[in-house]
Amino acid sequence: MSGELLRISGLRAGYGRIEVLRGIDLRVERGEKIVILGPSGSGKSTLLKCIPYLVRPWSGEIHIDGLQVSPEPNTLRRIRASTGFVFQQYNLFPHMTILRNVALPLELNKEMPRREAEKSALSVLNMLGLGELAGKYPLELSGGQQQRAAIARALAVDPKLLLLDEPTSALDPELRYEVVETLYQVAKQGRSMLIVTHELDFAEAAADRVVFMDEGLIVEEGDAREVLGHPRKERTERFLRRLRSRLNSFPPSN
Amino acid sequence: MAEGIPVTMELTLLSFALGLALGAILAAARVFGSKPLSVVARSYIEFFRGTPLLVQIFFIYFSLPAIGIKLDAFAASIIAIGLNSASYQAEILRSAIKSIPEEQYLSAESLGMTTVQTYRFIIFPQAIRVATPALVNEFVALIKYTSLASIIGVAELFRRTEYMVSYTFMPEIYLLSAVIYLAICLPTSQFSKMLESRYAIPGYRRALV
Repeated sequence: MSGELLRISGLRAGYGRIEVLRGIDLRVERGEKIVILGPSGSGKSTLLKCIPYLVRPWSGEIHIDGLQVSPEPNTLRRIRASTGFVFQQYNLFPHMTILRNVALPLELNKEMPRREAEKSALSVLNMLGLGELAGKYPLELSGGQQQRAAIARALAVDPKLLLLDEPTSALDPELRYEVVETLYQVAKQGRSMLIVTHELDFAEAAADRVVFMDEGLIVEEGDAREVLGHPRKERTERFLRRLRSRLNSFPPSN
Repeated sequence: MAEGIPVTMELTLLSFALGLALGAILAAARVFGSKPLSVVARSYIEFFRGTPLLVQIFFIYFSLPAIGIKLDAFAASIIAIGLNSASYQAEILRSAIKSIPEEQYLSAESLGMTTVQTYRFIIFPQAIRVATPALVNEFVALIKYTSLASIIGVAELFRRTEYMVSYTFMPEIYLLSAVIYLAICLPTSQFSKMLESRYAIPGYRRALV
């Protein structure tokens, strides 16, 4: 269980004429958990979406487990079947039960028969403590439950790499907690994860490495505790200071 | 007069079915088609929505024979009403598909679904729920529009009402025919409500509040 899982080199991407990523190089080792930090608009989310080509890069190369990501349909399906993506807004399918949401990708990607897919989906839901919600529909659940179900859906196909795009940002503080708990649980299982988040506690406790981005570039990266505790770059330090003061502003520190 | 009811229902069902089939093709042409194809579909829709149904019925029944297409009154009515309804049904279906948010596509893509799978399992099942109330509305409208077929001599409910009035000299009978139309339309709308709640996405209303 070692060696390189993801390699991104010279990645540029954007929307219309606006360049959002201005040359990103990043390596992720197998089993590594990386937290990506940065102010809004720094390109974190775009970087994450470029990996399974949910956003088409302008240039640069992405390799996952030795396979180069390309728009060729078969390659793309293989890549997407081996990466799990968790969206900020959960994006579950509202017309299907939680169980169907989690089982469907297994049926389509792994060509599992329905019964088997649902059995395997249920075991993932049980693992995350969501077994009782299997028969419910997404919009009957709280945001936190929906996001945990979305994590279950991404995990069900046993992805080599789990990509999480601000999984707690859309949630109220008390709902964030249960999602963060789930993230810890998933992190402990040794799966490679790339997480865009502002949950500094999680980054400190669970991440192997922290990457700080600003204005479409990686400004600083390194051991999580090091970057969070003693950032080398001024921009990182300023960002962390602002983030912490915002988090601690309730109750007001006198 | 009662014999007119099955004829009215037949006219409605057949023209609705024709409208749905053609409407689905037109909607597909607008959503998935190339630019020229989409322009053709759009022109069709604008044409049939922008001209009176009565004129369309007359054109098909009286003008087409001039180029050798001769239809009996019943067939001409079904085709005219069906072609007309297609334009409305196409727009209902198209806007239902368009109403499904971009995130649903992205989510399906992220799970490795193909475009066909995405539409089949994710987009269409949601879109059809969005479209159902409007489609039933269109169906109810057709029940009433079929009365226009009386003008070219189809012996449906309204035509038979007119026979009765001319035999009996009792214009009150028009009111009776209105009641019969109402008796057909009301349960249809009720049925639609039932259908909607049966297939509603659980929690959807709550999520909107």
